[in-house]
Amino acid sequence: MRRNPVVSEVSDLLVPAILLFGLYVQFHGDFGPGGGFQAGVIFAVGIILYALIHGLEKTRKSIPDNILYVCMALGLLLFAGTGLISMFLDGEFLNYSVLGKTPLAGQHLGILLIELGIGITVAAVLITLFYAFAGRRNK
Amino acid sequence: MLAVTAIALVRLHSLFAAAMLTGIYSLLCASLFVLMDAVDVAFTEAAVGAGIITIMLLGTLALIRESPDSKEPHRLQILPMAVVVITGAALIYATRDMPAFGDPYAPAHQHVAPRYIEKSGAEVGPPNIVTSVLASYRGYDTLGEVTVIFTAGVGVIMLLGHRRKDRS
Repeated sequence: MRRNPVVSEVSDLLVPAILLFGLYVQFHGDFGPGGGFQAGVIFAVGIILYALIHGLEKTRKSIPDNILYVCMALGLLLFAGTGLISMFLDGEFLNYSVLGKTPLAGQHLGILLIELGIGITVAAVLITLFYAFAGRRNK
Repeated sequence: MLAVTAIALVRLHSLFAAAMLTGIYSLLCASLFVLMDAVDVAFTEAAVGAGIITIMLLGTLALIRESPDSKEPHRLQILPMAVVVITGAALIYATRDMPAFGDPYAPAHQHVAPRYIEKSGAEVGPPNIVTSVLASYRGYDTLGEVTVIFTAGVGVIMLLGHRRKDRS
């Protein structure tokens, strides 16, 4: 890939900021706009930008496909598992109130967990999609 | 501006420029969402629509060779044009019956929304009502959405993901 020093330097500055912003959106979703979906998307965009600049192979080495596959399932399991746990604690499925000492604390914990699950799944799926499309070229 | 971009998009022959215009269209949509105070949606639209979709389109363009441009002249086709115009006119006519934007007495704001707004602070907690609705009141729906995304990812892996084994 042809390297343009300006593009590569600027994106090197931007990628950590984008990833950090993704995490901010993830964990600050209760208070500001955002949540798991947005955070996952922003996180994936950061990784994809890195892959565009530094090449697919290098990115694939640091984030291998297998980890992404596991993460895709892990996020969904975290979401559904939170629901199941609340069921075992005498609540309804996905009723987080029973997760904490007070209903509010439980709701807070539950929302944090499922948003994390959403974020992991969305980011992993999007990066996988990008790998799948971009990886077809080098056959 | 959205309309101008859309028309330009339809009339373009170059696929590359069309992909770029799709990104611009999404970015304009995102700004529209910000104007309507739907910051969450704007986030997603800007990142997915303007960012990822454009990259995917470009990636696909790199895979397929640009088709030799079909130089057939634009011919006005009566039937499709009529269908589009009539549907558009019907939709615009229907908007006249819709309540004004942000009208608190609109039917959509009378059903469960007041309860969410009044009680979600006490029942769920987070100051961001959107999060409470999505994650707690509508937990089932959101679980379904995540499942859909997961399924889509699995589907793409099945179709495209495996790197071809070298047949040597």
